[in-house]
Amino acid sequence: MERNQMQMHRQIATIRKSLFDQGYLDEQFVQLEELQDNSNPNFVEEVVTLFYRDSARFLYNLDQALEKRPLDFSRLDSLMHQFKGSSSSIGAKKVKIECTHFRDYCNARNTEGCQDKLGPSRRHAGPDKSFGF
Amino acid sequence: MGVKMQGHHHLVAVSLNEQQLGIKRKYTSYIPRRNQSKYLALWIIAFGFVAMNVYKCIDAGHQERIEEGLVSMCDQRARMLQDRFRVSVNHVHALAVLVSTFHYYKNPSVIDQETFAEYTARTAFERPLLSGVAYAQRVMNSEREEFEKQHEGIIRTMAKEPSPHRDEYAPVIFAQETVSYLHLLDMMSGEEDRENILRARATGKAVLTSPFKLLGSNHLGVVLTFPVYKSKLPPKVSVRERIEATAGYLGGAFDVESLVENLLGQLAENQEIVVKVYDVTNPSNPLITYGRQTQEGDLSHTRVSMLDFGDPYRKHQMTCRYLRKAPISWTAFTTASLGYVIVLLAGYMFYTGAIHIVQVEDDFDTMQQLKVRAEAADVAKSQFLATVSHEIRTPMNGILGMLALLLDTELSSTQRDYAQTAQACGRALITLINEVLDRAKIEAGKLELESVPFDLRSILDDVLSLFSEKSRHKGIELAVLVSDKVPRIVMGDPGRFRQVITNLVGNSVKFTEHGHIFVQVHHAEHSEADAKSETFMNGISEGRAISRFRTLSGREAADDRNSWDTFKHLVGEDEYPFRAATAEKVDLLVSVEDTGIGIPIHAQELVFMPFMQADSSTSRHYGGTGIGLSISKCLVELMGGRISFVSRPKIGSTFFFTVAFNRSEKSTVSDLKKSLYEDLPNAFTGLKVTVVDSKPVRAAVTRYHLQRLGMVVKIVNSIQMAISMRFMLVLLFSLPSTLVELQQDRQPDLLLVEKDTWLSNEDTGNIRLSDHRPIGHTSNSPKMILLATNITSPEFDKAKATGFSDTVIMKPLRASMVAACLQQVLETGNQAKQGRLMAKGSLYLRSVLSGKKILVVDDNRVNRRVAAGALKKFGATVECADSGKTALALLHLPHTFDACFMDIQMPEMDGFEVTRRVRMMESNANQEPMSETMTIEGSAFTRTGEWHLPILAMTADVIHATFDECRKSGMDGYVSKPFEEETLYQAVAKFFESNPPSDRSFKTTTSKNGEP
Repeated sequence: MERNQMQMHRQIATIRKSLFDQGYLDEQFVQLEELQDNSNPNFVEEVVTLFYRDSARFLYNLDQALEKRPLDFSRLDSLMHQFKGSSSSIGAKKVKIECTHFRDYCNARNTEGCQDKLGPSRRHAGPDKSFGF
Repeated sequence: MGVKMQGHHHLVAVSLNEQQLGIKRKYTSYIPRRNQSKYLALWIIAFGFVAMNVYKCIDAGHQERIEEGLVSMCDQRARMLQDRFRVSVNHVHALAVLVSTFHYYKNPSVIDQETFAEYTARTAFERPLLSGVAYAQRVMNSEREEFEKQHEGIIRTMAKEPSPHRDEYAPVIFAQETVSYLHLLDMMSGEEDRENILRARATGKAVLTSPFKLLGSNHLGVVLTFPVYKSKLPPKVSVRERIEATAGYLGGAFDVESLVENLLGQLAENQEIVVKVYDVTNPSNPLITYGRQTQEGDLSHTRVSMLDFGDPYRKHQMTCRYLRKAPISWTAFTTASLGYVIVLLAGYMFYTGAIHIVQVEDDFDTMQQLKVRAEAADVAKSQFLATVSHEIRTPMNGILGMLALLLDTELSSTQRDYAQTAQACGRALITLINEVLDRAKIEAGKLELESVPFDLRSILDDVLSLFSEKSRHKGIELAVLVSDKVPRIVMGDPGRFRQVITNLVGNSVKFTEHGHIFVQVHHAEHSEADAKSETFMNGISEGRAISRFRTLSGREAADDRNSWDTFKHLVGEDEYPFRAATAEKVDLLVSVEDTGIGIPIHAQELVFMPFMQADSSTSRHYGGTGIGLSISKCLVELMGGRISFVSRPKIGSTFFFTVAFNRSEKSTVSDLKKSLYEDLPNAFTGLKVTVVDSKPVRAAVTRYHLQRLGMVVKIVNSIQMAISMRFMLVLLFSLPSTLVELQQDRQPDLLLVEKDTWLSNEDTGNIRLSDHRPIGHTSNSPKMILLATNITSPEFDKAKATGFSDTVIMKPLRASMVAACLQQVLETGNQAKQGRLMAKGSLYLRSVLSGKKILVVDDNRVNRRVAAGALKKFGATVECADSGKTALALLHLPHTFDACFMDIQMPEMDGFEVTRRVRMMESNANQEPMSETMTIEGSAFTRTGEWHLPILAMTADVIHATFDECRKSGMDGYVSKPFEEETLYQAVAKFFESNPPSDRSFKTTTSKNGEP
């Protein structure tokens, strides 16, 4: 039992490291971990869960917004702003970068760019899920 | 994204460029821009006409004078001719009278041919014009034969033939000798003579013939005929009676040609004019009387003078012309032509001038366009710099965050120092990036200096800490010394001051391999007055004797402390107008001395030029852009000072600059920005320290830092001295006069020994030191601490063995660092104090925030949670609001929040709007008279009775514009998202600084400063 736990801890540490190495996460996540202490034991989990819940809702909203023709860029932009805020708060670096790019396309009124960008941002949202706390 | 933004900026620059290019030339041009040669031709032609006119004007006068001359000459000649003629005519008249008197009135006649001839010959001088005179008698045909008999000859015609039969004859009976051939010639046979005779006897006056060739001489001449009457005629008599009374005719031939020639010959200027005399009785056919037909002379001037020869029937005139054409008037010609030449030259000058001006103007236009382009490029460059700097800031923030976290962990003093150094360097890098941006601002003249109170000394310590690692690595002594006379707090721009110092020290570190770098700050006035005494630092004047060069490391410097004299020469006396001025100004002289490679003489002039380095190899060896010194120069000049330097190649350089700060009114530092002021612990106040150092300057630096910590410092230059002093104390103990002093100065608490001095005294000093240690009062025997720039582990071991404590104070010295080390040694510092001292970090933050009630407003759930988590970590009570409206409801007065963190970009109502409304509510509440709200405990109610909730913006983009807007809408500051301990600390510290958590009603007193 204890061994299993240790193994799991190691596995988690490896995954965490690889996420940092691949640039999915940045130092903000470390700060987040710092905030977790005895008085607030499940802080990271709580935040990440919140993030995923929000993300799901956000992606749904985004899908809907992208189906409209013509695209409502200001709505897309404000959605992305939200999402970018969340992702930068938890330190999801790649998501944040994609969001930034997406907002650039929004500002440039580039429809194709927006649609192209959505794919990757979904894809990148994936790996964080493997994080089991 | 960076690339994209850059492109965008480029577009901006281009459009700007075009816009500026679109502006046409603003100046008015007074010259034709094309066809200058046509204008030149026009000019030449126009002035050609003018010149001709001028010539004509002047020439007209000339011609007039010529004309006048001609007129006067001609009239003169005519008059003379006329007079002479008249005289001759009168003589002939007299002859006629003679003949009538003596030939007809006397009977018998007393005149015969002989008498007549003799008389006429003898009176010929009276008639120089007449070739001869003759008298012809009127003979009627009936009387012919009688006459011929009487005169023994026959009447002949002019052709000398016997006269044919006629009604009457006029044979010559008396003739002058010269014309004796006329004897008995019938005058009536000649056409002209006959006509003359008829007219003469009809009028009774002298008459003239038209000119004809005279017999004898082939000259042109006229014949003058006078009638001779038989009896005196009454005054009124008819023509017929006259004819009847006619007895004969006296005639004479005028040789007009010789007459005129003779006359003209007598006159001067004869050669100049051509004179002609005409008989103009028949105006349509003037007969020439004198002058050759061919000789025309100058036709342009002709003068005609009328002649009156006494015969009213005949009219004569004299025509005069100049023989030669009048010479051209040279005055007129030269005047006109010279004038014309001058005007031509002027025209040509204008022409070339115009061409030149046009060319210059075109060049100017081109230059202006190029300038606009260059400026646009400059703007693009600045934008590029801004973008790149922005991009660099992001990873740097990561590094700084990590370092901040590292500092929160348990670290040894050395590790802590390293980490702090790294953090300070990182911060300096961020600052430097901002400074690169400043360069653009300076260039645009937009840089404005702050005026805030700051602690000069801690700024210098900071700068030193930036370079401490590098200097330690190179083995260079790096030291700072601020004169006691420099006030602790001054008003000025700490950032810019720091920038200049950093730059100078950075350069020095870069170019120095051995020796030292020494930063000194003195009062400019005192520096001059106390130049000598200051350098020797109270009783360490023997330093000169000990080391060859009285500098920090003992190496020769380009200009040691005495260089004030040199500096004075460089800058000039009048550069210190404030010297006599009030105490409001603090004039500082800062010098940065190094023992580096120095600046080559030839490059010294270029040092302050931007992007110039001593030579191209410099940048290869040492890197750098060469922008630093030019920025420094700009900044120093902005701060009202001057920068200069003295440098000797291979020996080193010393840079000086003066700077004028205002004296701060506040003696306390309570409201200083945390970053500008380092809180030094006062736990060491009164501690007695003896510094053992053989080098006086270095010792002075050490003393300076220790004195800042409030310690009492004594300097000795060898360990022996230190020891002997202790003996002396014992000896002197009994002397009452020094009793008080001795009691004060009984025993040092600390003994700081310079490593070099210790090593040089190793053989003797050590042993004695260790010998004496047990002898001394063991209970309070001084702790011995080693001061070193760098230390090897064997040296360290040896030091420990000798009795030094574990902690070695590493140079460069900084007051805070010294304090930390001493704390470790003396173990006086408790954990909390050290935490506060060292990190300014989480512990302090915790102490400040614990128990505070804070409202976090953010529409993003995740952000809200993270912010709340971070604040809770530091002990704050956090309440959240997910929209501006909710927040507004919660903040409805009275409330119990201590601070509010507000997201800016929120749907429906953004952070600015919420803040504005909150401020409005507060001001309304403040206007109301003091009411029961006073009683509310723990609210954002200030001591002055005013509501003011500190509101801090949370924003992801920390650009200045956003910050300005924050301020405008009434916010007190901002923190960047995501939360970082350091920035959170800086933002929060201002509001809760120096307020113990328990004192909850005093928290916003400082917020009126408005600075985060």
